[in-house]
Amino acid sequence: MRKQLTAAAVALLLAAGLGGPAFAAAEEAVPSQHWSFFGAFGTYDRAALQRGYQVYKEVCAACHSMKYLAFRNLEDIGLNEAEVKALAAEFQIADGPNDKGEMFERPGRPSDHFKPPFPNDQAARAAFGGALPPDLSLMAKARPGGPDYTAALLTGFKDAPAGFKVPEGLYYNEYFPGHKIAMPPPLSDGQVTFADGTKASVQQMSRDVSTFLMWAAEPKLEDRHRLGLKVVIFLLVLCGLFFFAKRKIWAEVH
Amino acid sequence: MAFQTNSKLVKWIDYRLPIFTMAQHSLIEYPTPKNLSYLWNFGSLAGIVLVIQIVTGIVLAMHYTPHIDFAFASVEHIMRDVNYGWLLRYMHANGASAFFFVVYIHIFRGFYYGSYKSPREVLWFLGILILLVMMATAFMGYVLPWGQMSYWGATVITNLFSAIPVVGEHIVTWLWGGYSIGNPTLNRFFSLHYLLPFVLVGLVMLHLMALHQHGSNNPLGIDRKGPQDSIPFHPYYTVKDLFGLMVFLVVFSILMFYFPNALGEPDNYIPANPLVTPAHIVPEWYLLPFYAILRSVPDKLGGVLLMFSSIFILFLLPWLDTSPVRSGRFRPLFKQFFLIFIIDCCVLLVVGANPPEGMFKIVGRIATAYYFIHFLIILPLVGWFERPRPLPQSISEPVLGAGAAPSPAPAREKA
Repeated sequence: MRKQLTAAAVALLLAAGLGGPAFAAAEEAVPSQHWSFFGAFGTYDRAALQRGYQVYKEVCAACHSMKYLAFRNLEDIGLNEAEVKALAAEFQIADGPNDKGEMFERPGRPSDHFKPPFPNDQAARAAFGGALPPDLSLMAKARPGGPDYTAALLTGFKDAPAGFKVPEGLYYNEYFPGHKIAMPPPLSDGQVTFADGTKASVQQMSRDVSTFLMWAAEPKLEDRHRLGLKVVIFLLVLCGLFFFAKRKIWAEVH
Repeated sequence: MAFQTNSKLVKWIDYRLPIFTMAQHSLIEYPTPKNLSYLWNFGSLAGIVLVIQIVTGIVLAMHYTPHIDFAFASVEHIMRDVNYGWLLRYMHANGASAFFFVVYIHIFRGFYYGSYKSPREVLWFLGILILLVMMATAFMGYVLPWGQMSYWGATVITNLFSAIPVVGEHIVTWLWGGYSIGNPTLNRFFSLHYLLPFVLVGLVMLHLMALHQHGSNNPLGIDRKGPQDSIPFHPYYTVKDLFGLMVFLVVFSILMFYFPNALGEPDNYIPANPLVTPAHIVPEWYLLPFYAILRSVPDKLGGVLLMFSSIFILFLLPWLDTSPVRSGRFRPLFKQFFLIFIIDCCVLLVVGANPPEGMFKIVGRIATAYYFIHFLIILPLVGWFERPRPLPQSISEPVLGAGAAPSPAPAREKA
């Protein structure tokens, strides 16, 4: 029986290994990078998050919404209350109706969500010849590879290989499924000026904005890692206690 | 032994509503074979996971909005704004996987030790019903976040019913509550997803009633001959189940806290879009083998019938297995085929995760055929031709060795 069980376990593990990644075939393999938020003790790099937010705000936000995030969430990436208030007030947010029944615009508040670049999806499509720039709130969880993929995509713009036809208005990207992407290469060296003096290379910006996107998609990751550690340690102690309790109680039976 | 207590209040209640006597009878004294292995932990484990699912699910329902325009956003609201909402949702989503994992081990344990054989056939039937209701519940739960895989999974599965001749299309319209999957579909799935777990609780109670009628099977598969073969459930199996529960919770916590999306599809973090079909529509891992069987037949109706047969065939198992010996431990030939059957199920799982093309198509068909051959041909024949090894005299004999002292904690055999 033991032999059977071992064989079954091996078969199960093999199945788990083969069952998952079979989808990525045909596309260029996304290179895996090391991220500070990996692992049981992983946390977000606050400086990278703030730089990433700057890249989002100054580059991505021209086309991409991020509707599940509110300005108040930015306190998590290290901005203080006053900074968040000032930042939110930079935006004019539609509100209303007021007592006269009219819609009006007012400066943003920390509780407002990020202002989308277009009032609705149709307006965005109209502006981009039918292509809709996807909302980025969950991008890091909505693509296989997550942050590795977003970082690779942003640096993956190349000239199409000989014989590969890229239609007018589309661009060749090594890592995009099908290689034909409607987004023009968004980043260029020195495009933003980081307050902390970090050199804004395409590589650096793609990494920082990918960190920011991961945080945006999974803002409770640090809480999760911290609580998980406590829970697992607690349970391991309980495991030990119950193991010895079980041994003692069963001693007389065996 | 009647329930003993000094508390007047407890006596007063127990005289009118014998819950204390019942608990004494079926949780404490309940005579249990003394030789159960850790594979017997998975039944109680499944019960506990069901409770976890119900408790987390009820709290999630307090924050979830079953409307196609708000469902996806309400799940994000749970993940971002509700206190410990992320914990509840990850627990619930991974809890579904854990539930199936535990139940599948429980079922395969039953396969190996012949737990479906007389007098436990009805216990087995109730188990199959539990599996069916679990699948329906899990499927409808997966639709609720209203992501891409939710929507397209619901499309594929509900469309299966259109294969029914003549009335198929009408049934699908009736299931949807309209002419396409929409808000009425989401609303009824939410309603049923909330209802079915309580149906499960009822079925589990019947499952336990049937279990307690003749007691647990055991690794030797032989009946208990007397009180020396049994020990009371408490403290022996309470402590063993609790130890197993802690080990399970460690594994579950590592999955839930550190790899919460490992078993999920990234596509389900994209809001449902009826105009964009995902490249590969796949169900959650625990339904993949059945999905592989469904797709192994080129004909839609044939595939649907075969998929449902793959579960309903389990109802015939007590008669398809012709061997008089329960435990696989004494069945040299059955052992080999049991191993091949496990591998076959794993192959089906892998095939289900991949598009039905090329090698996967062929392998899927062979594995599907073998699944049915195992039940319909191999099991009856093995039972006829196999020469089982001699069975031990009693449970105590191999446990204590011949002539050893009688059990120190004899439990009264159930009348």
